[in-house]
Amino acid sequence: MTWVPTGLRARLVITFLLVAVTASAMVAGLGYQIIRRGLLDRAERDTVADVRETLSKITLPIGASDVVWPSDSTVTEEDLSGMVQALEAPERTVIVTYGDLQSSNAGSRFTMSDVPDQLRWQAARRLVYQRVLFGNHPWLIVATQIQRAARDGALRPTGLTAYVFVPLSQEEAVLSRLRTALAQAGGITLVLALTVALLSARRVLLPVRRLGAAARALGAGELHVRLPVRGKDELAELTATFNETAAALEDTVSELRTLESMSRRFVADVSHELRTPLTAMTAVTDMLSEDADDLPDDVGEAVRIVVREIDRLRVLVEHLIEISRFDAGAATLRRETVDVGDALADCLEMRGWADRVKLTVPVGLTFSLDARRFDVIVANLVGNALNHGAPPVLVSARVVVGGEGHGGLEVTVRDHGDGIAEHALPHVFDRFYKAGSDRARSAGSGLGLSIAKANTELHGGTITAERCEPGTLFRVWIPKP
Amino acid sequence: MAGILLVEDDPSVRAGLELALTRQGHSVTAYATGEEALDHVRSRRPEIAILDVMLPGIDGVEVCRRIRKLDPLPIILLTARGDDLDVVVGLEAGADDYVVKPVEPRVLDARIRAVLRRLESASPDRLTFGDLVIDRGALKVSQAGKEIHLTPTELRLLLELVRHPGQVLNRRYLLRAVWDHTHVADSRLVDACVQRIRAKIEPVPADPVYIHTVRGFGYRFSPP
Repeated sequence: MTWVPTGLRARLVITFLLVAVTASAMVAGLGYQIIRRGLLDRAERDTVADVRETLSKITLPIGASDVVWPSDSTVTEEDLSGMVQALEAPERTVIVTYGDLQSSNAGSRFTMSDVPDQLRWQAARRLVYQRVLFGNHPWLIVATQIQRAARDGALRPTGLTAYVFVPLSQEEAVLSRLRTALAQAGGITLVLALTVALLSARRVLLPVRRLGAAARALGAGELHVRLPVRGKDELAELTATFNETAAALEDTVSELRTLESMSRRFVADVSHELRTPLTAMTAVTDMLSEDADDLPDDVGEAVRIVVREIDRLRVLVEHLIEISRFDAGAATLRRETVDVGDALADCLEMRGWADRVKLTVPVGLTFSLDARRFDVIVANLVGNALNHGAPPVLVSARVVVGGEGHGGLEVTVRDHGDGIAEHALPHVFDRFYKAGSDRARSAGSGLGLSIAKANTELHGGTITAERCEPGTLFRVWIPKP
Repeated sequence: MAGILLVEDDPSVRAGLELALTRQGHSVTAYATGEEALDHVRSRRPEIAILDVMLPGIDGVEVCRRIRKLDPLPIILLTARGDDLDVVVGLEAGADDYVVKPVEPRVLDARIRAVLRRLESASPDRLTFGDLVIDRGALKVSQAGKEIHLTPTELRLLLELVRHPGQVLNRRYLLRAVWDHTHVADSRLVDACVQRIRAKIEPVPADPVYIHTVRGFGYRFSPP
């Protein structure tokens, strides 16, 4: 698997570096080639001119008369070595041949076998030169047949061929220094380019990162976030757009919140207003139900319906008022040390549930609770189990030491009914949520579990529902204060 | 049965409660304002007062406070649910108990009977704690020879504490013993009542010598 840089920063830096490196490599390479060519050309020119000049000055001691090549046999080894001496210079190797005769200077490093064949042939006709690499060192070979001017001025070949080996080590050294210098310059350029690339990437990316952080903050609900707009580039434009969006969002949300708080206040007000007529009605429902039996059947039934529905209305209004107090943030916690067993037993007994619920709680278990709110939590859970579940309904409580935080109180309420469908479980604490249409509009206000949850959370605790086979298990966890 | 003074401004609620309480055998006199109720207390001496907290003019808590200056008769407040401040202020003003609207007549009747229970003078003896004298036969309390007027609820609570000297009694026990409560124990009833007793018998109510608070548990009567 190959790693492909996907980050904007990495891509920016890499692109910048590629451009910088390519450009500097091209400039350096071109410059190097020009300098190299110039140097070598000059060396060739100088050498060739030197050889030419030397040869032109040579006085051939080969007789006074025109020597006719090649039958002339007066050329001796001394003649050749004399010519070698004339052409000699430090570090040069000179070979002069005449037919099978051959002479070279002392300490010569080369022989005729080092001369390329092609050069030998061409040397017969004119002055030629060629760069040749011996070992790792470049040499220039200048080769020519020595000609002499005849008396009539015509040039005649003499059959003598001179081969001059000139080292190009000086030029090579210059070029090598140039390469080192260029490589160093390249390295410095690379470092500079990297620095500039990182800096400019940072400059470009800083606003991007700031935008990212601001967007995250906005998502987290900090709707007041705004960014300073600097400059006139695309990022500044983007920042301005972001600010506008955030402002619009803030307006919308605050409008929604106002509407929501208004509607909540409305619910609270309505509930409070309903209380007075309900009080009047509740006062007389006992009388009505007592006398319902003495009324004609249908009227009696009507009265019983009225009484029953007034009772439901009373519970609903009580619950609405309770929940609107939580919404308004007006709910306060009044903790005191409570005997949990007594509190649970009172809760069940008061509502006539003691016979229908099996209570398991250690004797003398005490915990710091708001007694009234704890009663509300348990009553709503047990009421829910009795109305929607099936017996046996089990309630148990225990104090867990350690564990989450410094421990706390765990109360469980378990029924053995059909249970709540898995998809409905997360919603059972929602207001007016009815799990299953069959149980819609049966007993209960639809707010009981929400109220239990709100009261538990006021204690800093949690409440959960889970499926059991059969039935449902509600678990209340109240941490130690 | 009992002579009830009912103060409630809403005519329907007033009529409904009057009907229900009358049906339960009480004799009820109902008024819409606190001023009328106070006149009634002065002239007719009812056995018990049931006061709505929200009243036009002087409110229920103020009526309660003024009645307390005239007479130690039991007072039950009618409050809106969970308006904790009403409850606390009402109990401090001297109310014996409270019920939350909308109240079922059965519950109200039970509360009325509970606060009206006759005090039992089981042991006809006089207990003396320093200058505090509690006459359990005559159901009278006096301090330094001066009689102290306790409401029936206060007297019942004091006698309950005195009956178990040196013992810590928790609030739940006291609620059952004194208020005959079968509803959710609201320990504030006990706390407020203890405060009122302390204000009457303790030399320095903030630093009590008779009734001690045992934090997290309840109260203990242990005289110096």
